[in-house]
Amino acid sequence: MHELRSFNKQLRKYKSFFRIRFSAGLQYRAAALAGIVTQFAWGAMGILGYKAFYNENPGSFPMSFEALTTYIWLQQAFLAIYMMWIIDYDLLRTITDGGIAYELCRPFELYSMWFIRCMADRLSKVVLRCMPILIFAAFLPKPYGMRLPQDPNAAIWFIITMVLGLLVTVSFGMLVYIINFFTLSPMGVRLVAASLVEFFAGAVIPLPFFPDGLRQAVELLPFASMQNVPLRIYSGDIHSTEIYLRAGLQLFWIIFLIFLGKRLIALALKRVVVQGG
Amino acid sequence: MKLYGKFFIMHLKEAMQYKVSFLLTTIGVFLVSFNVFLGIFFMYDRFHEIKGYQLSEILLCYATVLLSFSLAEMFLRGFDTFAGTIGNGEFDRILVRPRSPIFQIVLGKIAFTHIGRILLALCMFVYGIQASGIEWNIYKVVTLFLMVFGGTVIFGCLFIIYAAICFFTLEGLEFMNVLTDGAREYGKYPLDIYGKRVLRFCTYLVPYSLFQYYPFLYLTGRTEKSIYMWLPLVACLFFVPSYLLWRLGLRHYKSTGS
Repeated sequence: MHELRSFNKQLRKYKSFFRIRFSAGLQYRAAALAGIVTQFAWGAMGILGYKAFYNENPGSFPMSFEALTTYIWLQQAFLAIYMMWIIDYDLLRTITDGGIAYELCRPFELYSMWFIRCMADRLSKVVLRCMPILIFAAFLPKPYGMRLPQDPNAAIWFIITMVLGLLVTVSFGMLVYIINFFTLSPMGVRLVAASLVEFFAGAVIPLPFFPDGLRQAVELLPFASMQNVPLRIYSGDIHSTEIYLRAGLQLFWIIFLIFLGKRLIALALKRVVVQGG
Repeated sequence: MKLYGKFFIMHLKEAMQYKVSFLLTTIGVFLVSFNVFLGIFFMYDRFHEIKGYQLSEILLCYATVLLSFSLAEMFLRGFDTFAGTIGNGEFDRILVRPRSPIFQIVLGKIAFTHIGRILLALCMFVYGIQASGIEWNIYKVVTLFLMVFGGTVIFGCLFIIYAAICFFTLEGLEFMNVLTDGAREYGKYPLDIYGKRVLRFCTYLVPYSLFQYYPFLYLTGRTEKSIYMWLPLVACLFFVPSYLLWRLGLRHYKSTGS
């Protein structure tokens, strides 16, 4: 009974921390508006490019054209959830300038606190941005617009795997932060990590467009468990029992990445020397 | 110009102080564009051609855009981070010095990390020049040179516009990314594949097609009109409105006080 109560207390603590970060993120409305316009233009250009390939040879298209447009609009709407480019500079600075000492004084476990912080930042960005893009895309004429999910089952699994995908992304992002305890070259590490993730997650071209053989291998990587799974479930490209397999793989990567992150941070903190001043 | 040489060497030395960091960043910048290259490659693996353009021609087209973007970004990086320059009061210091602000901003930063991108662009050039089956003569060489030159000027103007807007908003406008990063990304294919409306936008509003699409048609022998090879020079007129906007912003400038 006592343990349960203290667990509840812990949970409340993290919940309020989440709420603070989340509402702080909601303040940036002008930035969100600019972002919406930008993402809309990117999405539109992407679709026009694929359209040219589709007109060339519809038979070589690995998914239906409507599934692709839906994929791209969802990708733009939920960009902030999955994009590796988003980086919390304050958090990085904590590592490089010694602010870590204060962080360690707080009554939180470091890994969980940062994890929640990154999650809250991503979610607050997405809440501001996704609706206008989704609504606008839904009203576009036929092959260019977004469509509803194929069936209720797909809708439910879309939401579940989207949450799982967010957790994979955040736990991988944590590794990128933690590496900075060891290298102190935030820009470089971030660029390399982000561009690798972008490519293998299907942000440059969707994974079905990869050549056979390579694609099967890439789909096992943690990157394929980020945006690839939910977006393709929604558009009907992944269906029936395959859904459960992909979700299981996502779960595996979450556990693995969090475990790895926690081990690494423990290792890093052992080496941290906080100088006075 | 002598001053520029001095600053150039200074920035080079500065970059070399942190070798690992420099190397990692260079690799990162390279990878960003390499991703796009792989994307093109995979798409061509599947579709073989698009609107009659061969892979080698597309790579040549992407190489010109990428090279012009990298050159512009490398030397005009100061405009890209201009919001910060205004925000921290650095610009006030620039204004009191006896040199033109544009010159000083150009001097302020040189992003050598873009060398990664430039290398990638050069590799694609070499491949594209050999494999595209273009019959090279002096006119075609001049065309290629003008394409890169015109592109560098256009991207440079866009960076200046981006900075000029900062005078009014005090922060960078994310939308401008579409016109710079977006153009770099989507300029990989000749602009006509995106349809007539995009092509029109890219001719009359921001003259991308004048250095990319039309000279490219001449380069690959799709048209005999040699007037197309001079269009990149026409595109350079884009500098006039950009510079006027910069002047307007400069007059409008009020210090942030920090």
